[in-house]
Amino acid sequence: MVTGDHQTLALLLFSAFVAVTLGITTWVSRNRHGSTEEFYAGGRLFSPMENGFAIAGDYMSAASFLGISGLIALYGYDGMLYSVGFLVAWLVVLLLVAELVRNCGRFTLADVVAARMAERPVRIAAGTSSVAVSVLYLVAQMVGAGSLVALLLGGTGEAARTWTVIGVGALMVIYVSLGGMRATTWIQIVKAVLLMAGTVALTVLVLIRFHGDIDSLLSTAAERSGHGTAFLGPGLRYGGDWTARLDFISLGLALVLGTAGLPHILSRFYTVPTARAARRSVVWSIGLIGGFYLMTIVLGFGAAALIGSDEVRASNASGNTAVPLLALDLGGGAGSTGGTVLFAVVAAVAFATILAVVAGITLASSASVAHDLYASLRRPDGRQYSEVAVARVAAAVIGAAAIGLGLLASDLNVAFLVGLAFAVAASANLPVLLYSLFWRRFTTRGAVWSVYGGLVPAVLLVLLSPVVSGSPDALFPGVDLQVFPLQNPGVVSIPLGFLAGWLGTVTSPEPPDEARHAETEVRALTGAGAV
Amino acid sequence: MEQLDEQERAGARDDGAATGVPRPRYDEAGHRTPGAAEIYLEVQRSPAFQEVRRRYRRFAFPATVAFLLWYLAYVVAATAAPGLMARPVAGAVNVAMVAGLGQFLTTFLLTWAYARHARLRRDRAALELRWDTQEMTRGAGQW
Repeated sequence: MVTGDHQTLALLLFSAFVAVTLGITTWVSRNRHGSTEEFYAGGRLFSPMENGFAIAGDYMSAASFLGISGLIALYGYDGMLYSVGFLVAWLVVLLLVAELVRNCGRFTLADVVAARMAERPVRIAAGTSSVAVSVLYLVAQMVGAGSLVALLLGGTGEAARTWTVIGVGALMVIYVSLGGMRATTWIQIVKAVLLMAGTVALTVLVLIRFHGDIDSLLSTAAERSGHGTAFLGPGLRYGGDWTARLDFISLGLALVLGTAGLPHILSRFYTVPTARAARRSVVWSIGLIGGFYLMTIVLGFGAAALIGSDEVRASNASGNTAVPLLALDLGGGAGSTGGTVLFAVVAAVAFATILAVVAGITLASSASVAHDLYASLRRPDGRQYSEVAVARVAAAVIGAAAIGLGLLASDLNVAFLVGLAFAVAASANLPVLLYSLFWRRFTTRGAVWSVYGGLVPAVLLVLLSPVVSGSPDALFPGVDLQVFPLQNPGVVSIPLGFLAGWLGTVTSPEPPDEARHAETEVRALTGAGAV
Repeated sequence: MEQLDEQERAGARDDGAATGVPRPRYDEAGHRTPGAAEIYLEVQRSPAFQEVRRRYRRFAFPATVAFLLWYLAYVVAATAAPGLMARPVAGAVNVAMVAGLGQFLTTFLLTWAYARHARLRRDRAALELRWDTQEMTRGAGQW
C-alpha cells in the first residue's frame, strides 16, 4: 500500500507543518515576558472564534479522525456511537461549566475549587487528579503517534516507531516551554483548519462519487461490508453478552461526562477575556466538532462502500488505515498522482493532529504541576523559583515521562486509553467541579473526598480489569488479578466520585463557609472580580 | 531564574492593574479581609442577583437533565434493543440512523437556544451586577 512517493511527500508536508509551527512558536514568544498570565493563558485576549478553533483543535485527536472512521468502516453503526458521545459531551461543558469556570478561576481546575475551600489540600487533590488524567491522555496520543508512523510510512520496524515517539515528545516540549499558551493556541488553530479542510475535501469527494445520494452510499456500504443491513444498525461490535453491553454503556457515560473534566479543555476558557467570550468559543467549537464528526460518519461508510470492510481489515486489524486507504482510492487509486497527493495530505494532517493535541495536554498538566502542586508543596523557607520556570521544567519532565510510558504501552489500543482518560476525568474532576459551583453546603472535606473517591476507584478498577490481566490480550497475560469484568470503569467510579463528595460533606465537622460560597456564586454568574 | 522571578512579580502586579479588579485578599491566617465578604453576601441576597441566577438555572438545569436522559436512552436502546433500532424507516435509513442524527440535531438546537437565552435574558443583567459589585468591593477599601 505504501510506496516511496507517498513517504517522501508525506514527510515533506509534515516537515512543512513542523517548520511553520516552530516559526509560530518563535514569532509569538519574541518580546514576551515570562508572566504566568502569558504562559498559562496566552494573555487572555483571544477572540471567541480563535478560541473555538483552538478548542476544536485540542479535542479532535487522531483517534477520532482515523479511529472512528475506521470503526465505522469495520462495524458500521456501532462506530457512530462514539461520535455521538464525543459531541453531546459539549452540552455539559456549555451549559454547566464554561462560563462559570471562566469567571471563577485563573489557570486551572483547582483554582475554582480552592476559591471557597481550604486551599492547600484541595489544590493538592485537584492537581494530582489533573496530572493523572493528562498523563493517561498523553500516553494515548503518544501510542497513537507511534502506530501511525508504523502504519502510514511503512516503518514497521521498532526503530521508526521509537524515534517517532521521541521526536513528537521533544517537539511538544519545545513548543510548550518556549511558546506557552499563546504558541500552543496558534498551533491548535492551524491544526484545526488543516484537519477540517482535509476532512471536507474527502467528504465532498465521497459524496461526488455517489452523486450526492446518501441512500446509495449506505446501501453500497452495507452490501460490501459482508453484513448486509445489520451493518447499518447497532450490535456488530457491542452486541455480545451483557458484560460487553454494560461495558459500552460505561464508556458512553465516561465520554459524555469526561469532557467537562479534561484539564486541557478547561484551561482553554482562560484564554478569552470574558465568560460571554467563553460561551461563544464553545458555540464555535460545537459547530466545528459536530460538523467534523458528521463528516467522519460519511468517511467511515464511504470507506466501507468504496474499499470494502475486508480490505480495510486486511490493511490494519483495528481499521485505523481506512481513511488513508479511502484517500488513495478517491485520488484515483494507487500509483496515480491524485492518490499519492491525497494520501500524503491525510498522513500529514494526522501527524499534525497528534502533535497539536499533545502540546495542549502537556501545557495543561505543566500548569497543574507548577500552579497547584508546586505552589502548595514547596517549603516556605526554601528557595523560591518562579511558577513559569517550574512549569517549563515540568513540561520537560512530563514530556519525558510520556515518551517513556508511550514506548512501554505501545501495544495498547489507543481508543481504549482515551476512554480511560475520560473515565478518570469524569470520576475525579467533574464531581468536585459541579459541587463547588452549585452546592451551597459543599465543604473542604467533601472536595478532597470527591477527588480521591473518584480517582482511586477509577484507577484501581482498571488495574483489576481484563485490560491489565487475566485475558489473552491483556497487558500482562501471564498474571491473573482480574476481579472487575468491565474494561471501562466509568459506570462504577463516576457515581462513586459523586457519592464520596456528598459523604465527605455531610460528615464534615466544619460548617460550610457561607461567605466564600456567596463570593463563588456571585463571581461565577456575574463575572465580578474575574481576572 | 532570578530574572524570571522579577518578571513574574511584575506580571502579578499587572493582573490587578490591567483589569482594575481587586482579587479577593486573605490575611496571614487565611481569613479574608472583612468588608468584601459582606458585600458578596449582600449581592447574593439581592433580588437582581436572584433573578439572574433563577434565569440561568431554570434554563440550564432542565435542559441538562433532558439531554442527558435523551443521550442515555439512545445508548441504552442501541445496546439493549438493537432489533428496534434496526427497523427501516426509508430506504437504507433505519431508526438507529435517525436517532443518531437526531442526537446531532438536538445538540445543535440546544446550543443555539442556550446561547440565545443567555444573550437576551442574562448577559445585560449580569454585566450590571458585575460593575455594581466591583464598585462596592472597591469602595470597601480592599485595594
